[in-house]
Amino acid sequence: MTLDVAWALRWTRLTAQEIARSKAELTELDRQIGDGDHGENLNRGFQAVLAKLDTVDPPEQIGDVLKLVATTLMSSVGGAAGPLYGTAYLRAAKVTGLAELDPHGVVALLEGALEGITARGKASPGEKTMVDAWHPAVDAAEAAAGQGAGTTQVLAAAVAAAREGAEATIPLVATKGRASYLGERSAGHQDPGATSTALILAAALAAVETADPVAATPDE
Amino acid sequence: MSESSQATVHRPAGTAGQGARARIALVLVSHSERLAQGAVELAAQMAPGVVLLAAGGRDDGGLGTSYDRVSAAVGEAAADADGVVVIADLGSAVMTVESVIELDDELDGRVRLADAPFVEGAVAAAVTAHGGGSLEEVLMSAEHAGGTFASLDAAVEQAGQERDALAPEPGDLSRTVVLRNPLGLHARPAALLARMIAGFDASVTIDGVNGASVLELMKLGATGGQELTVAAQGPQGSEALAAVVEAIDGGFGEV
Repeated sequence: MTLDVAWALRWTRLTAQEIARSKAELTELDRQIGDGDHGENLNRGFQAVLAKLDTVDPPEQIGDVLKLVATTLMSSVGGAAGPLYGTAYLRAAKVTGLAELDPHGVVALLEGALEGITARGKASPGEKTMVDAWHPAVDAAEAAAGQGAGTTQVLAAAVAAAREGAEATIPLVATKGRASYLGERSAGHQDPGATSTALILAAALAAVETADPVAATPDE
Repeated sequence: MSESSQATVHRPAGTAGQGARARIALVLVSHSERLAQGAVELAAQMAPGVVLLAAGGRDDGGLGTSYDRVSAAVGEAAADADGVVVIADLGSAVMTVESVIELDDELDGRVRLADAPFVEGAVAAAVTAHGGGSLEEVLMSAEHAGGTFASLDAAVEQAGQERDALAPEPGDLSRTVVLRNPLGLHARPAALLARMIAGFDASVTIDGVNGASVLELMKLGATGGQELTVAAQGPQGSEALAAVVEAIDGGFGEV
């Protein structure tokens, strides 16, 4: 499977679909330990991304897609997820000036995203934030790529690790972000940001597996 | 979209005249459109010579932060001023400002985000900017505003020590004057005095605290009928002393 600009577009559209479908669940998670707007905010952001994609010239590179997502999320989300995911996509875009991603390109993209989120949110692993999904995802992707796995397996490893990481936030006490105001009471709930991270990465994998047959046809 | 009657921008009345003294503009970023506008209104009362811009709420006016609103306000402020100090209220507002500063290459280091409490920082920064403070000075003024209010007891104790250090020395000009307005040295007169003092080439203390600092003056908690000791030194010491005494004696227009 080729991870090219068509993949990046499918990833983006699938993410928007998945966030819209999970909007209520994310908002409910956020209601328990935050201000109850994560699902609504992220959905507004990704719907704005879809609208933007319909009005611009078709992006030519993976990085163009990521940059469009970045600036649109920053402008339209309205909550902390805007600058956090916005910076993540932006840093991811910087490291992918490539027409196609090989396994190391996938790792570089994920590393860029993690770097963006930590630069913006200044969170470390274990503080019950989206970093708790991104960090293990990057580690798992690196390990898989180091063992010679292909792009799909590298992404699959990242998705599995992000899901586990998100679930592992349940017992944690938040020390960063709005949930930290709750102190001990934040334990027992899964972090909404780590949950949406797992959804976004799962969409990246799904976008490979549901490759559009027309786009996958090699040029004659 | 936001047809609010409240101002989003405060500009000095005579921009080409004396109001142009402030070199630094402020942008106040809040999750709430009205909170940002209110902070602009409050700071403008204390520091009318400063360009102040509010960037609050989402594009649709709801609670949140808008990258576009922040970016537009920061760009507009930077176009007019030598530098811009931004003060933001909560997490995503802070992160949005950081994103704008990082992404806009034209800002070129002239825009700084203060790590400061929203209202106190805005007031302190605005008064310092009104007095002609530099980017660094306005930033510091905002950032120190937190400590000033966060632990008032400690601040009062520290003020006592500073007071000893600032005690009038031989050669200082000094006079005592009675506060005549019933409400005493509250925010408006404190700002008025601080601005006035900043305009002289002189160092003035009132009851031992720095008279150019609006927060220090407010911390005195001086009430109507109280006697204040004003001391001044420097090239314009006697002019500054006379002006301060006259303002206090005049009751700040409140008697």
